[in-house]
Amino acid sequence: MTKAKRNRLIYNLVTFALVIAAYVILQNMIGAKTITRSLKGQLVPICAWIIMAVSLNLVIGFSGELSLGHAGFMSIGAYTGAIISGWLLNAFDMQDTTLRLVLAIVAGGIIAGIMGLLIGIPVLRLRGDYLAIVTLAFGEIIRSLVNVLYVGVADGSLCFSFLENRIPETAVMLVDGAKGAVKVKPISTFTAGFILVLITLVIVLNLVNSRAGRAIQATRDNRIAAESMGVSVTKYKMMAFVTAAMLAGMAGALYGLNSSTVVPTQFTFNQSINVLVFVVLGGLGNVLGSVISAAFLTVLPEVLREFADYRMLVYAVVLILVMIFTNNPLIRSLVDRALNPVRSLFRKSTAEGGDRP
Amino acid sequence: MIFLDHFLNGLSLGSIYAIIALGYTMVYGIAKMLNFAHGDVIMVGAYIAFCGMQYWGFPPVAAILVAMLVCTVLGITIEGLAYRPLRQAASLAVLITAIGMSYLLQNAALMIWGANPKSFPRTFINDGSIRIGSLNLGVSTVITILTSVVIMIALTLFTSRTRMGKAMRCVSEDRGAAELMGINVNRTISVTFAIGSALAAVAGVLLCSSYPILQPTTGSMPGIKAFTAAVFGGIGSIPGAMLGGVLLGIIEIFGRAYISTELGDAIVFAVLIIVLLVKPAGLLGKPMREKV
Repeated sequence: MTKAKRNRLIYNLVTFALVIAAYVILQNMIGAKTITRSLKGQLVPICAWIIMAVSLNLVIGFSGELSLGHAGFMSIGAYTGAIISGWLLNAFDMQDTTLRLVLAIVAGGIIAGIMGLLIGIPVLRLRGDYLAIVTLAFGEIIRSLVNVLYVGVADGSLCFSFLENRIPETAVMLVDGAKGAVKVKPISTFTAGFILVLITLVIVLNLVNSRAGRAIQATRDNRIAAESMGVSVTKYKMMAFVTAAMLAGMAGALYGLNSSTVVPTQFTFNQSINVLVFVVLGGLGNVLGSVISAAFLTVLPEVLREFADYRMLVYAVVLILVMIFTNNPLIRSLVDRALNPVRSLFRKSTAEGGDRP
Repeated sequence: MIFLDHFLNGLSLGSIYAIIALGYTMVYGIAKMLNFAHGDVIMVGAYIAFCGMQYWGFPPVAAILVAMLVCTVLGITIEGLAYRPLRQAASLAVLITAIGMSYLLQNAALMIWGANPKSFPRTFINDGSIRIGSLNLGVSTVITILTSVVIMIALTLFTSRTRMGKAMRCVSEDRGAAELMGINVNRTISVTFAIGSALAAVAGVLLCSSYPILQPTTGSMPGIKAFTAAVFGGIGSIPGAMLGGVLLGIIEIFGRAYISTELGDAIVFAVLIIVLLVKPAGLLGKPMREKV
């Protein structure tokens, strides 16, 4: 086993061990009733945001493209999940919540993945800033389309209507335009969220450590060099993009089925930026970092209620400072020099387990 | 007649987009970065003009001049503090920084002026209307269109005749070579940001004169649409920004009027995607060749 391979294995094991340990501790806290109410309510959203951050990291950190429409995929997943769950309940009288949740999440993932594919075909021909702005545009388009969508169940079949409400009176409304998905039965559980986080980690960590993952990172590091080595840039960028869209859709279904309503304003551009902050703070290309920062930054505003007004301001400043500190050659070399003595202490014992995989 | 009304509204909205798009296109052409915070500079400009007229008792013209001054300083500060340290960095890093800056401005505005929308006062810009035959023209429509024409002529003259304008064109063509010829690249980029931000203040006042609701997010949507306009016309090209802005404004108003009010934004963005697919360099842009 080469050193790089061993480091990667350690990194992956640490990631899984931390997530599982966190789950076990939290479950014990729930069992012993020592957990606060607000934290308990946050558990499913935390799982959803972790999946969002890890999947966005796949696009930004590993394939090197900035996607600003990630919340759009999340909203597709949330709506699909709410519709499928409502349909199964109303049309087939399926009372088994676990099965309904699984089907809703799978459907959310599939639909978001298909949308990712459709969007990716035109978008991934573009580069850099253009790609960012077009994904942003797609996020906005999805938001405006969802705003005028009406869905209902009548006699066991789904009816869709667009722009105006033409759903028959007798139908049970599932999605009511700007009011969003209404009367959703909350069926998400922390365990389901935890399993979904594990699945996400398995998918993403396996993908980035595979041949395809190395190709994805090669297209990030040097597009032309990768192309001349026979790597199909579009194919691999698409692979990362669609996988991320699918995972975001699953996170969306999980998130949407955690509360009784899903409204379009939950998934604005601001949410995409929020996830971007998680990814940047966790470290581009660092999966464990994304997990930790997403969990931490979702809990933090609940804990620091009095600072809630300043939160976004602080986020913005932190985003700018992190970018300047990690990308300015002068500052970077200064930081490196300051950290060198600390690093040499760790080098012997942990073999740089926390570095990029 | 209704058709003509929509057309003029579109032309007026398009002129505002065009003025904003000029700021995007100049910065993109010269600094090769998408200044995401440009839309929020518009919002700051509008707020300053608003405060000038409402609280400090300035006459409208003075308020607009103060807003332009503040935005100019703001633009130069943003560039110097946030973008200059990243001159050599990857475009992803610069873009994320710009998004951070946009967020910073929005949230700072939220702290200073609050979330409640303010209604922009009536001034000489949006007071009254002119009658030509059976056509009723709003003064704001006329002023907006005229302002944008004047700005475009002035900018074209500036870039083709003055030393600084020529320096800008050099830097946008080849930054390294320009530096070797003794052009101060940092100063040129600062001047570009200054001009773009001053134009943003004008655009902010015009925008709020036509759509008099002022809140911290006022600038973000027009900003994104104006960037769309700049891409539509061919980014880096000044006449392109003008053409793209006007076309986009007309498309948006017609889309809202004849297709669906709710889908106005979606139509605009669909246009952007189609343009980028069919003609990635935009209507008047030059295709960029990649050198290895």
